[in-house]
Amino acid sequence: MTILSKALKRTLLGAAMASAAILAPAQAAELDLSGKTVNFVIPFAETGGSASWANFYAPLLSEALPGKPNVVVKFMPGAGSTKGANWFQMQKDDGLTIFGSSGSTQFPYLLGDPRVRYEYKDWNVVLASATGGVAYLPADLGKKFQQDPNALNGVKFIYGSQGATSLDLVPLLAWKLLGMTVEPVFGIKGRGDGRLMFERGEANIDYQTSSAYISKVQPLVESGKAVPMMTWGALDENGSIVRDPTFPDVPSFKEVLTRKLGKEPSGPGWDAWKAFFVSGFAAQKMVFLPKGASADSKETYQNAFERVVKRADFKKISEKSLGVYDQMIKKGAGVAAGQATDVSDEARAFVKEWLKTDYNVNL
Amino acid sequence: MESVITAWGALGAAFDLIFHPTQLAYLAGGVLLGLSVGVFPGLGGIAGLSLVLPFIYGMDPISGLALMVGLVAVIPTSDTFSSVLMGIPGSSASQATVLDGFPLAKKGQAARALSAAFTASLFGGLFGALVLTAFVLIARPVVLAFGLPEMLMVTILGLSMVAILAGRVPVKGLASAALGILVGTIGAASAGGSARMSSYEYPYLYDGLKLVIVGLGIFAIPEIVALLRQGTAIAGEAKLGAGWRVGVSDWWKNRWLSIRCSSIGVLVGVIPGLGGSVVDWIAYGHTVQTTKDKSQFGKGDIRGVIGPESSNNAKEGGGLVPTLLFGIPGSGSMAIFIGGMALLGYEAGPRMITENLDVTYTMVWSLAFANVLGTVLCIALSPWIAQLTTIRFVLLAPFLFMMICFAAFQSGQELADLVALLGVGLLGVFLKRFEWSRPAFLIGFVLSNQVEVYVNQAYQIASHRFSSSLAEGMGYIFTPIVLVIGAVTVLSVYFGLRQTQALMPEGDVASGAKRAPAIFTLVVMGYAAFALFDAWGIKRTTDMVIPAVFAIVAILSCIYLLIKMRFTPEGHPLFADSEAPINGTPPAVSLWPSLAWLVGLVALTAFFGFFIALALFFVIFFRYRAQISWRFNLLLTSCGLAFMLGMVHMLNRDFPPGLLQSVVSLPWPLN
Repeated sequence: MTILSKALKRTLLGAAMASAAILAPAQAAELDLSGKTVNFVIPFAETGGSASWANFYAPLLSEALPGKPNVVVKFMPGAGSTKGANWFQMQKDDGLTIFGSSGSTQFPYLLGDPRVRYEYKDWNVVLASATGGVAYLPADLGKKFQQDPNALNGVKFIYGSQGATSLDLVPLLAWKLLGMTVEPVFGIKGRGDGRLMFERGEANIDYQTSSAYISKVQPLVESGKAVPMMTWGALDENGSIVRDPTFPDVPSFKEVLTRKLGKEPSGPGWDAWKAFFVSGFAAQKMVFLPKGASADSKETYQNAFERVVKRADFKKISEKSLGVYDQMIKKGAGVAAGQATDVSDEARAFVKEWLKTDYNVNL
Repeated sequence: MESVITAWGALGAAFDLIFHPTQLAYLAGGVLLGLSVGVFPGLGGIAGLSLVLPFIYGMDPISGLALMVGLVAVIPTSDTFSSVLMGIPGSSASQATVLDGFPLAKKGQAARALSAAFTASLFGGLFGALVLTAFVLIARPVVLAFGLPEMLMVTILGLSMVAILAGRVPVKGLASAALGILVGTIGAASAGGSARMSSYEYPYLYDGLKLVIVGLGIFAIPEIVALLRQGTAIAGEAKLGAGWRVGVSDWWKNRWLSIRCSSIGVLVGVIPGLGGSVVDWIAYGHTVQTTKDKSQFGKGDIRGVIGPESSNNAKEGGGLVPTLLFGIPGSGSMAIFIGGMALLGYEAGPRMITENLDVTYTMVWSLAFANVLGTVLCIALSPWIAQLTTIRFVLLAPFLFMMICFAAFQSGQELADLVALLGVGLLGVFLKRFEWSRPAFLIGFVLSNQVEVYVNQAYQIASHRFSSSLAEGMGYIFTPIVLVIGAVTVLSVYFGLRQTQALMPEGDVASGAKRAPAIFTLVVMGYAAFALFDAWGIKRTTDMVIPAVFAIVAILSCIYLLIKMRFTPEGHPLFADSEAPINGTPPAVSLWPSLAWLVGLVALTAFFGFFIALALFFVIFFRYRAQISWRFNLLLTSCGLAFMLGMVHMLNRDFPPGLLQSVVSLPWPLN
């Protein structure tokens, strides 16, 4: 009953918001923020991916906003980023508060973590940043796999993992859907540790995000120690999964799974993987305005981010911090955010059941 | 050979990285900060680093490391001021300097003692940096072969040494380290995320206690409280006299002694656990033993200054060896250093010399530069620095309380940070009082996560290997390196147990009646028992094992201590109690009023928010505790508040709000 009413409420709310968007006055005017300070709140500590992503955007945003306000990044870590997100849920729109969400904020929401008191449907997305990932294998196993995706059935894999409910959920579920036996060794602190375990031969399967793959794993591939297995893919404008543009020669998971099944993948397992993939990779980091943001605020920030990503030098300056991925704005950001924060009840139940039976994780 | 060339290149690259105006400015900033912290008695590297930790977030890594290394490197040099001029050790690493330095100062030869000490310190520091460079070069190929079982073994070696070498009663060291590990397990488990001694409903502890809070609570608060109790001016007059050149030539005459003592310093630094508090004593003992004419020691023999000062600075270079290579902090300040590195995005461990060799070498360069710069500054600024020692501590205490509260508040940005600081501070006060090793506690706390992760992962991988074949499993666990380190562990515990009787890291602590130490032991045991009970309720084995095992270690140690206490007469080191009456007279100022001031500040913050609370605290403290004139009072108060506003503005932080702020909305900075 409660689930039903919640879903109903969401649908109604979504519908209301959609109609509000349509009915929004066309004359929305940009705010003048000169002399003001914009707080870019990040629910993480000062180290790590979200911090460098926010620190990259803050000065560019400052330049692109009308009146060139001061944009400062404010860190609000705690409770796996749910603390900061819960705080943001309580904020009112003042045109000066924006929030940087990440996969680690989206996953607890999708999984129904009891600490989550925030509602993505209330917020207003203005930017979505994509990233990608590549799974790889030791050379001998990798070559077998390339010839036949069924060749690895029965091989026991060890994988250094940060936790079943972290971003590692995406690779673990992918391998599960491929019918592989992968035992995760939990407790590593970053993907770099996982790679070291692979290099020392303690782990025999791993994945890295794109930039780390290029700098650290590509040399292993060249020296014949590793073979790429698959990428997680990328999202096109219509929301379908395509090959990762950074690695055009490596098949995506979707292709591999299609080959293995002999047909397009479907069912709750695949739906769940897709939802978590979008949330964890294709729209990993997003910028939101608070609940009830005015049309003027939305207009201001949407246009500002458009100006940022359309800068002539954007590709050059962003490559190091963001990789060569899509920075989605306006309608694209809306589509990505919708997919990244929505999962069917069936798919959620599938993931919960899988986490419980395979990893003894109770949510 | 190839590795030598790589390393050589990295050494040059590191030089380029560090030799920039910005980086050098941060280095100089760190040196100046270290100078000021070191001058005040009792405050050393741990307190200094804990204070800067919140501010290095988001800094460029090389600058941040330069700042931290600069701060750490200069403390053994600057702490000499208070040892020589006041006869109070400036930090635990220069206790032995007092023995001959202070008598020299009384004879009017303070300048000679200082210049000999600075020269010896400089030499020791450079020697340490050199050894660190060489060590990294030699160790590189070996460390590359370290997998999980090897790292686990090194961690165990480090922990066992820390526990055994922590003081006169090894079991107390063991209990301290176990308690530190237990406190480190509070919060979400790294493997399965189970909540330990915490719950989802109350998220503060779920995230675990932060290193800054534990460092400040365990080290800074007990020292500040102790100094505040001593009350009045700490040095009557600061006369340096002449003799700067004499001191330098004294050092030159004893250069071989200086080399020997520096080597001792490096060695002690490399061994986890010995660290700062004993290195000066070992060097002093060596100095006395190797000198023919022993009659002047204790009365003002310059060699009694040169020996300890050569060693205590050399140990910083040595201490960085286990810290950087294995992530095992050799001392309390290195434990905080690891935390700082993590904030800058570097994880101490083998990767520092495989992938970040250039960064590692920037630390070596920073260490060398900081030593030179520190010595030059100490000599050039000595008349003014000497003046610092005449400031009444009651005038400084509120500023220190302000800084530690502000630093603590940065970790979670809520009032609970301050409450946690108070709680840990209270524990620190008692650990100090009963001579339970505080470094062992802190190192246990830092290594807690590492131990847990290594145990779980090594176990999982080993069982995977065993499932393919017995030989493969055995080959994974019992590598030659593991066996060698295992043997070293056993030997070090055996010899350590026989050698520790003379270690007094907290200085000369009197022994008192049985009651107070026994009650404290019971309280620790009670906590450990509760932690065990809590661990028992955890369903995931991976998240339960470590808290349960170390709770049992702590309980057994406490039971052993209690039984021993029952059958040992009073006055034994077992009953060490710095509050014990000496010759029948209890200490002049009791502990509680001094601690109450900090409690007061936190309580005021809960009601009025930090900024208003701070203003009230300053005025009241200066009026009733320091008893200074209103004009001076308001001047100091506004200085403090202005500094705080500057900090908050610069870092774009908020002040902790109180009840008042939840009722009415106030303008900045009162909100």
